[in-house]
Amino acid sequence: MDMAFIIETIVKIVVILLVFSALAGLGTYFERKVLAFMQRRLGPMHVGPFGLLQVAADGIKLFTKEDIIPQNVVKPIFKIAPVITAATAFMASAAIPFWPQFTAFGYTVHPIVADVNIGILYVLGVMAIGLYGPLLGGMASANKFSLISAARSAAVFISYEVISGLSLLAPLMMVGSLSLVDINNYQAGGIGNWIVWSQPVAFILFWIAAFAETGRTPFHLVANDHEIIDGFGTEYSGMRWGLFFIGEYANMFFISFVIAIIFLGGFGDGTIAGAFQLLLKVAFFFFFFLWTRAAWPDVRPDQLMWLCWKVLMPIAVINVVITGLVMMF
Amino acid sequence: MFEAIAFYLFATLITVMFTITVMTSQALYALTAMAAGMIFISAFFFILGADFLGAIQIIVYTGAVMAIYAFGMMFFDTTRNVIEKRSNPRFVIVLGAFAAVLVVFIVLAPIVTTNLEAHYPIDLAVGNTQAIGMVLFTKYLVPFELAAIMLLVAMIAGIVLAGKKMDKSLTLMAEEEIALMHASSVSETLEEGAH
Repeated sequence: MDMAFIIETIVKIVVILLVFSALAGLGTYFERKVLAFMQRRLGPMHVGPFGLLQVAADGIKLFTKEDIIPQNVVKPIFKIAPVITAATAFMASAAIPFWPQFTAFGYTVHPIVADVNIGILYVLGVMAIGLYGPLLGGMASANKFSLISAARSAAVFISYEVISGLSLLAPLMMVGSLSLVDINNYQAGGIGNWIVWSQPVAFILFWIAAFAETGRTPFHLVANDHEIIDGFGTEYSGMRWGLFFIGEYANMFFISFVIAIIFLGGFGDGTIAGAFQLLLKVAFFFFFFLWTRAAWPDVRPDQLMWLCWKVLMPIAVINVVITGLVMMF
Repeated sequence: MFEAIAFYLFATLITVMFTITVMTSQALYALTAMAAGMIFISAFFFILGADFLGAIQIIVYTGAVMAIYAFGMMFFDTTRNVIEKRSNPRFVIVLGAFAAVLVVFIVLAPIVTTNLEAHYPIDLAVGNTQAIGMVLFTKYLVPFELAAIMLLVAMIAGIVLAGKKMDKSLTLMAEEEIALMHASSVSETLEEGAH
């Protein structure tokens, strides 16, 4: 292994970490602004122009706040839980191609940390470990509401994982590869080649599963403020709570990238225009996460499980069978 | 060099994790260490170039250990130590060590004299995922189908066991209805006992 490769990889990792940590912070600003406009408020206005520096103020508050560890918690687990959520979110991003390869100063850069040929399995698998954060945080907290939240996160996890896996199976059968780069190149022909046209059912199912995966509003039952306070986050304060937050927002961005790459053509043929289209698609999916939060009520845990097991799973299985039949004949 | 470092790092981590799983009396430590150990095992698959199996190891075991957490939540107060009943600790240690040595012997005895070679060496022309598919659907088709049937049986059994009052939803019922249901089920069991 040569030195240039190692340095290049380290640089990529640092860039992704910095960009998406910053984006996670900005994401909270966008979320508050979007929610505010949809509810005819102004949102953050006082810190900086249009309240833009609110992010910095929140950051300072999170970093400098006292780190409280309550008396009866299981200390090592309680401390490691937020790290799991944040770390796995960023680990999952290792196999996502964020940008087509480009040449800068005579050096070709592949903006993907590890181009493994099972990219999508790796991304989904490592993202799934992220749910251990809420689970462990909730179970270690010695708090009834946290424990309810942990139980819910286990139930949510087992339900949505089936849907996201089965719904992806049909497009993967068409592409014949698990690599996100291959999936992207399969749709390089333009808008008519996007997988969403041939697999609309899988697209909708995976999108729904993405909401459960990131724990966003229709399925926000892991930390539902009006039922169980902040769920797993109730006992956390300061930067440990902030790590949960960074993990959640980074996951939202990464899953938006994954949806855009698998179903909406990704960066297309790899030109600069295609790359900016990818960013636009990601921005749309991120906005949609915020939009549903403003527009939809939360479902109950039993409703989520009913939806996943009795409605979405049969649809996903039928979709896979039909895709198989069409491909065979 | 990197492979050797990664191997020894993960080998140590896995051993430590599973030792914690066995030795601790705190349910949450045991479960978490087990989940971590299972996920660290995937590193070996990645080192050996079996990316597909590595990713599957992560996906399968995160889900499986998650189910064990659910049991842990139901059976224990996970924030306290479990008080174990140890009537004869020396006997348990001797038996455990003997079982461990026996397992190592059973696994190693047939292969210790032979030089290991791959039955299905990596074909660089075919991808990792495809190679597994080829072996699974030719050489190991019968075990594969048997495993599928076993899982189907387990699924049906699970549905039958858990699905007794599936048409009724406790969440949607009023308190009185639930009380009535409990009363009737209690009287039923009493009647059965009387017969």
